[in-house]
Amino acid sequence: MVAGLPDLLRVEDLRISIAIERSGLEVVRGVSFRIPSGRTVALVGESGSGKSIIAQAILGILPRVAKVTGGHILFRDEACGGNPIDIAALDVNGPEMRALRGGRIAMIFQEPMTSLSPLHRIGNQVEEALVLHRDLDGREARTMTEDMLRLVGFADPHRAYDMYPMELSGGMRQRAMIAMALICHPALLIADEPTTALDVTVQAQVLGLLKDLQERLGMSMLLITHDLGVVANMAEEVVVIYHGEIVEAGSVEHIFRHPGHPYTKALMRAVPEIDAGKPKKLVSLREIEHVIPQSMRRDRSGADASAPPLMKVRGLTKSFTIQKDSWLVGDKRRVLAVNDVSFDIRRGECFGIVGESGSGKSTVSKLMMRAMSADAGEILFDNGSLRCDVRALEGRDLKKFRKRMQIVFQDPFSSLSPRSTVLNILREPLEIHETGTAEQRTQTARELMALVGLSPTFLNRYPHSFSGGQRQRIGIARALALSPDLLICDEPVSALDVSVQAQILNLLKKLQAELGLTMVFISHNLAVVKYVADRIAVMRKGRIVEIAPGDTLFVDPVHPYTRKLLTAIPHADLDHRLEFPDRVDEIVDEAESWDPMFRPGGEGELRLVQVSKGHYVLAREEFAEDRATA
Amino acid sequence: MSSPLPPDGAPITHFVSAEPFDPKSIDKLSPIQERVYLASQFRLMWWKFKRHRAALVSGIFLALIYGSILISEFLAPYALGDRHADNIYMPPQQVHLFHDGKFVGPFVYGTTYHLNMDILKREYPIDRNRIEKLRFFCEGDRYRFWGLFEARLHLFCAAEGSPGVFLLGTDRLGRDLLSRIIYGTRISLTIGLIGITISFVLGISIGGLAGYYGGWADIIVQRIIEVLQSLPSIPLWLALAAIMPVDWSPVLVYFGITIILGLIDWTALARAVRSKLLSLREEDYVLAAELMGAGPRRIIFRHLIPGFMSHLIASATITIPTMILGETALSFLGLGLRPPVTSWGVLLNEAQNINVVALYPWLILPVVPVILVILAFNFLGDGLRDAADPYHTAW
Repeated sequence: MVAGLPDLLRVEDLRISIAIERSGLEVVRGVSFRIPSGRTVALVGESGSGKSIIAQAILGILPRVAKVTGGHILFRDEACGGNPIDIAALDVNGPEMRALRGGRIAMIFQEPMTSLSPLHRIGNQVEEALVLHRDLDGREARTMTEDMLRLVGFADPHRAYDMYPMELSGGMRQRAMIAMALICHPALLIADEPTTALDVTVQAQVLGLLKDLQERLGMSMLLITHDLGVVANMAEEVVVIYHGEIVEAGSVEHIFRHPGHPYTKALMRAVPEIDAGKPKKLVSLREIEHVIPQSMRRDRSGADASAPPLMKVRGLTKSFTIQKDSWLVGDKRRVLAVNDVSFDIRRGECFGIVGESGSGKSTVSKLMMRAMSADAGEILFDNGSLRCDVRALEGRDLKKFRKRMQIVFQDPFSSLSPRSTVLNILREPLEIHETGTAEQRTQTARELMALVGLSPTFLNRYPHSFSGGQRQRIGIARALALSPDLLICDEPVSALDVSVQAQILNLLKKLQAELGLTMVFISHNLAVVKYVADRIAVMRKGRIVEIAPGDTLFVDPVHPYTRKLLTAIPHADLDHRLEFPDRVDEIVDEAESWDPMFRPGGEGELRLVQVSKGHYVLAREEFAEDRATA
Repeated sequence: MSSPLPPDGAPITHFVSAEPFDPKSIDKLSPIQERVYLASQFRLMWWKFKRHRAALVSGIFLALIYGSILISEFLAPYALGDRHADNIYMPPQQVHLFHDGKFVGPFVYGTTYHLNMDILKREYPIDRNRIEKLRFFCEGDRYRFWGLFEARLHLFCAAEGSPGVFLLGTDRLGRDLLSRIIYGTRISLTIGLIGITISFVLGISIGGLAGYYGGWADIIVQRIIEVLQSLPSIPLWLALAAIMPVDWSPVLVYFGITIILGLIDWTALARAVRSKLLSLREEDYVLAAELMGAGPRRIIFRHLIPGFMSHLIASATITIPTMILGETALSFLGLGLRPPVTSWGVLLNEAQNINVVALYPWLILPVVPVILVILAFNFLGDGLRDAADPYHTAW
């Protein structure tokens, strides 16, 4: 083998400590890896593994409590004379580091919503690095900025230059962020979870864009992520990090085809797949051993199909008023967040709702929970002993109904009160409904902890002492405290690492079966929904575009939107790489490109048309006939 | 391969760590983390507060000075109204330890009195032959300690047979300034506490109303606050102070002043409460409680108020100084407390005249405790505010 170009960045035996209460805790323990010129290296690991802090060390933006205690970060850049510079030894605020940062090494962050200043125009923000690192006059800088904006896919860069971040969607903001990072043509781009906060379809576009730009500009990329699907599609070399140490490194072929380390293997097994057929059982790295108390066990009596649905939703509609245009005119505009949504939830099933951000899936759950009131429609609840229209409940009846339906939230950090011990958190629902004596409530809290596989000795702890996955389990335990009939899970795993995600999904599945629960599972991640849900509804812009049993939806997706969603998911499989389109520009409205049968507007109403048993698609009346003849 | 790092520029090889692998090691806590994780929120706040040196020192200083108001009689060498007709406008005496290079212990040199007939100024030349050793824990003027029993014990007194010791000088009636400052501490510091209690109650209830119910309640409260905040505070105080009947006893005036200060000061607090409530209402755990069927009362008292209590205490700490300053300003202008009630402001009232300041500069010494206390409160409030959010640091 011929030795190629020297490596752009070599991290040698890097050690980083964080100061806790005056003593140091080593979070990065002797990490070594390299980034070859023009290549993409993925740094894979779960949260707490130290991957982000390594990126911060490379950029010299470590938080004040952290310190590099050993090792070297050698950066060899042709533009800087080709001599290696040890970043670890530089003064982080010195002129050399400042010249590198933003000029030769740039970073894009996870959160496009907060990484741009809302007060400055896109163009000014992109231009800033250019002005700082190169001596350019205003006109030249503007031309270069507009070129860069065009490169990242703004169709009209001249107009985009003068826009404010709030005028852009999440995907476009992320593009603006990329433009900002690349404006000085850095030798190294660090992308820290660049697409985690984005919808799948946007994610595919942004990944394609990054790959395209990397080739054009010949830069290297350090991709930090926990999503193996993204890694398989983007990286050439992979470094797997666990608890501050590298456990496996190699080419993407090595890692995906012959994973050697048990941790890497476990990560692979924890990723839900969307291939057709019955989903393989996910194997979590740390499986939960839980105990179902006898008192909570219930048989799945509702499993037979003849029983009436637990919940019938008919024509649910909700609109929000937003102030638009100038504040002087005060022109009020109504946006339909949920538009004529109807579905049934059968007893004992798991009903999945999939959609991208803004599709109205969370609003539907809030309407069902009466956290918000709907404008029109019916929500009929019937568990055999209680029948009611949820929309009409008031006062005591509503309070009584609340016991029947509980929710698991997305954010494990905001959903538990930081001021209460776990015991108080779990006892609270029982206190509100005055169930049992104080001792009985404490006993129930212990049982609930066992139910989600946590030790009852944790009851006296405060939520901040738990990891995200553990907090989510406490959230599940709290939701089950009142033994509800219906459990709504609103993106319960989207804030968690893959390995923890598998753990929670398995727990939810088991609980559903063993407690005879009915579940509504809301997620933006099709693979996750496929793993848990029996039937799946796909939502787009407030409407359900397709409802089908899980296996049917993935084998025979009918609606163009569903198809697009399916193709946009990155697989953790080298044989199913994403097809990146040649060039992805701003999209005006994808619906324009759909078959007229599905296109909104125009003649004829769109409604849910049955295409096969239990499979409905939002289309025009004639569609079913056409399909039958074809 | 034992290292994941291939030689420079070489193609990558497959590295698999041979180290033993424990999938649970990342969840394990080091003993330090364990300690942090098991701590209650109050604990975390205390740890964080301890690290704020200035706040800690300020806290101790304030604790001491508040403690002193319990034993003012003992600390002060003289009673509040004691006159020393022979020592009118006496300048501060300096405490020495050594005389002619020999250690004597704390003492002051004796003074003689002489009226300078050219400028009509009382002069107290130092007589370096008279060494008046201070006595400690000595019997002095009588006082009723806490109104319970007679006592004569003082921290220190003048030497036997000396006309007196005046470490900070005396005023136009020959009253010891140090004693008066020590007694004034009582009024000046408690007025802030009572005032803050009033503004706390008003701020929490009005701000809470606005924040929880929103809508019209919010709009009305916000407008009232804006109007109140736009009024210049000194004229407003003056007007309110002028309402108080002249024949009120000094104690009634004292309460009147605290109420006035409290009535005007609640606005900032109400705003803080309102905005904090609005942001806390967005937290999922509040929604979770609501969806469990909890009523507004439970949500407010179990979830919202504990959530911002620490912030409130911190912001209250920062507002106490404005109370103290307000009282000082009012009394300085002669519209606040009146003698014989003595506060630092009342003492400063004596130093209104430029003549007085020029001739007897020690009369403005009461500003020193004012400045120290205000600074200490600000540091303390700063530290408390940082500590109030114990989760906002990377542990």
